[in-house]
Formats: sequence, structure tokens, C-alpha cells
Amino acid sequence: MKPARAAAATIGSSDKHAISSAVPAKPVTPAIQVSGLTKIFGLRQREGLDLLDAKTSRAEIQQRTGCVVGLENVNFSVRPGEILVVMGLSGSGKSTTLRCVNRLIDPTRGQVTVHGTDVTALSTKALRDFRRTGFGMVFQQFALFPHRTIVGNVEYGLEIQGMAPGLRRDKAMAAIEQVGLKGWAEARPSQLSGGMQQRAGLARALAADADILLMDEAFSALDPLIRRDMQGELVALQEKLKKTILFVTHDLDEAVALGGRIILMRDGRIVQEGRAIDFLLDPADDYVMRFVEHIDMFGIMTVEAAMMRTPCVMTADDPVAAMLARIDEGADEVVLSDQDGRYAGRLSAATIRAMRGTARVDVRGLATTDAILGSDTLGSALPRFSRDVRAVPVVDRSGKLLGQLTDTCIISAIAQQRRVGATRGAAGKL
Amino acid sequence: MDWTIPKLPVADVTNAALDYLTDRFSGVTRAISHTVAAWIDVLTGGLNAVPVWIAIPVLALIIWRITTPKLALLSALGFFLLWDVDLWRATIQTLVLVLLSTAASLTIGIPIGIAAALSRRAWHGVSPVLDLMQTMPSFVYLIPAIPFFGLGAVSACFATIIFSMPPTIRLTALGILQTPGALVEAADAFGSSPMQKLFKLQLPLALPTVMAGINQTIMLALSMVVISAMIGAGGLGGEVWRAIQRLEAGDGFQAGLAIVIVAVILDRITQHIARQAQVH
Ligand SMILES: Nc1ncnc2c1ncn2[C@@H]1O[C@H](COP(=O)(O)OP(=O)(O)O)[C@@H](O)[C@H]1O
Ligand SMILES: [Mg+2]
Repeated sequence: MKPARAAAATIGSSDKHAISSAVPAKPVTPAIQVSGLTKIFGLRQREGLDLLDAKTSRAEIQQRTGCVVGLENVNFSVRPGEILVVMGLSGSGKSTTLRCVNRLIDPTRGQVTVHGTDVTALSTKALRDFRRTGFGMVFQQFALFPHRTIVGNVEYGLEIQGMAPGLRRDKAMAAIEQVGLKGWAEARPSQLSGGMQQRAGLARALAADADILLMDEAFSALDPLIRRDMQGELVALQEKLKKTILFVTHDLDEAVALGGRIILMRDGRIVQEGRAIDFLLDPADDYVMRFVEHIDMFGIMTVEAAMMRTPCVMTADDPVAAMLARIDEGADEVVLSDQDGRYAGRLSAATIRAMRGTARVDVRGLATTDAILGSDTLGSALPRFSRDVRAVPVVDRSGKLLGQLTDTCIISAIAQQRRVGATRGAAGKL
Repeated sequence: MDWTIPKLPVADVTNAALDYLTDRFSGVTRAISHTVAAWIDVLTGGLNAVPVWIAIPVLALIIWRITTPKLALLSALGFFLLWDVDLWRATIQTLVLVLLSTAASLTIGIPIGIAAALSRRAWHGVSPVLDLMQTMPSFVYLIPAIPFFGLGAVSACFATIIFSMPPTIRLTALGILQTPGALVEAADAFGSSPMQKLFKLQLPLALPTVMAGINQTIMLALSMVVISAMIGAGGLGGEVWRAIQRLEAGDGFQAGLAIVIVAVILDRITQHIARQAQVH
């Protein structure tokens, strides 16, 4: 019995290269749908656009017209309640992409629809109303108004909507509490640390109760430790509030920490789209590979992706004789499940041998707490292993047995990543 | 060969234009002038009617409320000196002229400054005019003022307003344009209208800069008092002008010093307000 390891690559690449087929098959209207987005900065935009259509290089367009190609045919969509991370080096067009969504930058060509509304077609006034209720935005340098108190900043969006002072203050206070700034409402932004200022920035974006959050390098200006806290809190907040978040960052670790889908940009184009693991196991090109080279794969690869799917599973009703037969075939242990497929404990070879002669096993004394979740990262599963523990059962949230993670599984996952890197590296040198 | 380059008729054209305008409008402007002059007289007369032992403490109290006790005390001392050398009436007259002109400068200048900041076209229209207003010797404004407003305080006010308005316009525009781009972007992102952006973000942040402009405007207005005196505006400038004509060095110096005292007091008060506007 040679258990087939659930090939990480197969799971990981289920939605790889989704660039061309960005629209999910589900019937839900995407929260944000961006299609054919192109932005050319400069005075001679038409000319630049024509050159771009004629497949002229960015450098040449800039040389001939003075125009900078900010974005070139960018397509993606964000499902309601999803975090989409836009990643890429500085100057790759992340901020431009984000600003085209609420039209702080007007796209040169292409369409942005938000919950079915074509934002690109809105009049100035309609756009203003749309921004008031549709988007909350968080900025890299916080962009808090220095002449207003924290609560004054947080209620700004409500104030310009014309909400009554008492009501908007209550809402602002609730948002302030939500981000953990209670007690600082009357302080000035300059009295707060960077981390706290950005909490205020987040509260300001949350106060108007907009469904979509646009975050441009929101945590990039913060100290690493505070940054990690904020990432964790954002994820927790997101789970509670179910906002749709478009998050720009240049930091892969941050993208991984936020845990959503990732779009990787380069020179105004999307080079790859998918989950962090896809970038790791199946990088689209050298640029992507260099981007993910130093990432800690134990932090992003899930247990489920690395485990083997068919451990030696028997139910507690199976006769001991059958289990003995398995042991004699060479299995180290038998994993038990109940009738519903839920994990019920495991028996080592020695235990089963000791039961020789009895008909049925007694499962009541077996512990089931040694299982790990399939959605956990490999890194968090590692401490479970020791000289004596070489395999750990894997379950899903409902306790259903998914498979088994063995030390061999972990080694082959690492080996696979190395192989991808090595072949890519070799190909790059040719 | 007899080369003669035709002279540009700048002076002739200006004269012709002025003559035309005077013919057309001097009736109206003279009427305005009489009314304004009457107000100025009433104001000056009224303030002068207040006994000095009431006026100085009241002024000091007002300054105390706006600024600091120290500045109020120093101002009271300055006013007392002015009264002591018999220049109290002249001081009142000068203060009335300077503050009236400044009020007019601000009323006209701040909206122009805002417009110049918000519209590129307005800026291109205003900017060269400001350069001209500031570089033209201030005496020159007196000449056209006289046919329209006659000799006296109103012409002086007119010239003072034109001469002292540019800093208010410039610094109002500058203050608004200096609003950090990230903050403007944030205001836009939350859906502010241009007016909301102006009144809730740009103007509050521009306030210290606008105040600096107001300070300069007041100082420029004060610098006009001697020149104004040449067309009979009176006040401290009148004292200096009379001393010059009679070659009385002592009196001239005394009146000059009085102007300095008034300047220092006004300067400190506006600077204090400017600092307070700097909230962050
Ligand atoms: N207002 C602008 N005028 C001209 N070029 C711009 C402007 N804004 C951005 N760009 C250019 O567009 C490209 C993408 O910029 P940006 O979206 O800010 O990148 P990122 O946020 O990924 O660092 C860069 O090459 C940048 O120089
Ligand atoms: Mg950026």
C-alpha cells in the first residue's frame, strides 16, 4: 500500500494563471470588476495609447511622447467579502490600480464596475456620492487632518454627507472603539504614534460603513512588530465585518499574512494571480520567482497541501484481526474514524498486537486531540513531530478525517519547492 | 539716414484713459469719497472723544483677551508714551486709516487669493497684476486717486489698499496651494465637494500662512502713512510730514518713533494670532 501523497502542486494550481479567466464562475456580482484598465500619464495620451496598441515598448513610448504607461490592460475582479492583495515592486502600478477604482485617477481606457455600477461612467457629482458611501480608503502616510481631533477625523466622511452631529459622533466613537483607540478621541493626530494614527485612519475608513476598503500600503510605514499586529487585527476585523478589501503592498510576507488572493504586478501589468502557494510552487516567470525566493514556505503551505490523502483508515467496528493483518503488512499504526468519517483516534502497532485475541477494539479511551487542521500551515504543525511521532492525523473543522501528515510528506514538499526553484533558475540562466 | 524710434505713448495713453474715466465716473467716486470721509471723521472723532484714561485700559484689555498679558502691558505702556508726547489724537487717526484700509484689503484680497489658488486661469490673470502692484512706487497710486477721491483720507485709503493688498492675495493662494497632496487626496477619497474641501481642509490649514499675509498687509499699510500725509491724510504721518517741511528734526524723530511703536504693537498682535492658528 503506497499512499499517494496529495500533490501540493495539484491543489495549489487549481486556480493558477487565472489572469485571463479572472471572473469566477459563481453567479455573484463581483464587488469590484476591473476590465481592460489602461492608464497613460502625460499630455499626449492618445498618441501614447496608439503606440501601446501597436505593441510599442514602454521605454519607447516614453521617449517618443513623454508619456508614462502606468497601467496596461489590467483585468481582475474581487468577490464581495474577499481580501485581494495587489503586490509588486515600487513603480509597478499598484497605487494607480487602486486609485482607478475610486477614480482618484481617471483611467485612460477600460472599465471599473463596483457592485454592478460603472464607476468610469459616473458624473462628478454622482462619483462624489458614490465615494461617500461606497469606499473607505486608508493611506500609507495616514493622511489624517492635523487640525482635527481623532474623532473629528473619523467623523469627517459622515460630516460631509450632512449627517447630524450627534449621530455621526456616535458612529465615529463606535469606529474608534472598534480599532482599539478608545480614550484617544479628543487627541490630535500628532499626539499619537504611527501605529495609533493608522488605527485612526482605519477607523475613518470604517466609520461611513462603506462596503469596500481601499488600502494603499496601509501598514508599510509602521514598525515591523506593530505592522504584524495590525495585519492580524485587520484579518480579524475582516472576518467580523466581511468588508471587501483591496490591499496594496510591496511586501510578500504581508500579502501572505493577509491570506487572500494575490495579484502580482510588474510594469503596469499583472504577471500572476493566485494564492501565495501558487507563486511558490508554480511561478509564472523569473520575476515572480525572485519575488518569492526568500519566502518561508512553512508559513504559507497548508497541511492539507502536503499531507497524504489515504492513510490506513479503519472504523472502530472493524475486527481486530483485520487490523492485525494491516500491521503485519507493515503499517506502523491504524487510524480510526467513526461512521461519519470523523477522526476517532489511532492505535499503534504495539497496541494492536497486544489486543490479539479480542474481537473488537474499545475506542472510548482513545484521544482525538492529536489531530491537526488541514488549513493550518506546515509551520504550525511542525512542533507536533518528534523522534517518536512521525505522523499526525489531519482533520477539517468538522472533525472529518482528511489524511495524515508524515515526516516524509514534509520532506517531499520541501524537495518539490527546491526542484521548481532549481529548474527555473537553470532556465533563467540560458 | 535719420533714424527716430517712435516713443511709446505710455504716459499719453494713461492720461487719456484717466481723463476719460474721471469725466465719466468722478461724480460717483467723489460722492463715495464724501460719504467715506464722513464715516472716517465720525469714527476718529468718536474715538478721540473717549478720555484717554478710559481708552488706553480698554485697548489693553482687548489686547489681553486676544493675546498675552505681557503684550497688553507693553501696548498700554506704548500708548501711554504716545499720549505723553501729545500724539494720541494722531495715533487714533492713523490706526483708523490703517485698520480700515486693511479691512478693505482683506475683504477684497482673500476671495481673490482663494480664486487664484483654485483656478489656474485666475492665477495666471492675477499674478502679473500683483507683481505690478508691488513694484510700482507707492507714490504713483496717489496721483490717480486724487481726481477720483479728492485730497484727504479717502484717497490715502485707496492708495494704501492697492499698495498693501498683494501679500494677502499671494499668501492666501500660497497657503491653500500648500495643502499637502495626500490630505487633499484623502478629502477627495471621502467624497468632499470643492467647497467642503476648501472650508474644512484647505482654509483651516492655510490659516497661519494667511495670517502672515495679513501681518504683511498691515505693515505695508503702516508704511504708507507718511506718503498718505502728503495728500492731507493727517495722523502720525502728518506729524512727520510737517516736521520735514519745517526741518524740525526732533519732532520728526518723535513722530517717527510713534509710528514704530504702533507698528510693533500691531505686528506682535497679528503674529500672536498667526501662531495660535498653527494648531498642530
Ligand atoms: N501623476 C503621475 N504622472 C506621471 N507618472 C506617474 C504618475 N503617477 C504614477 N506615475 C508612474 O506610473 C507608474 C506606476 O506608479 P504607481 O502606481 O504609483 O506605482 P506603485 O504604487 O506600484 O509604486 C510609475 O512608473 C510612476 O512613475
Ligand atoms: Mg504606491
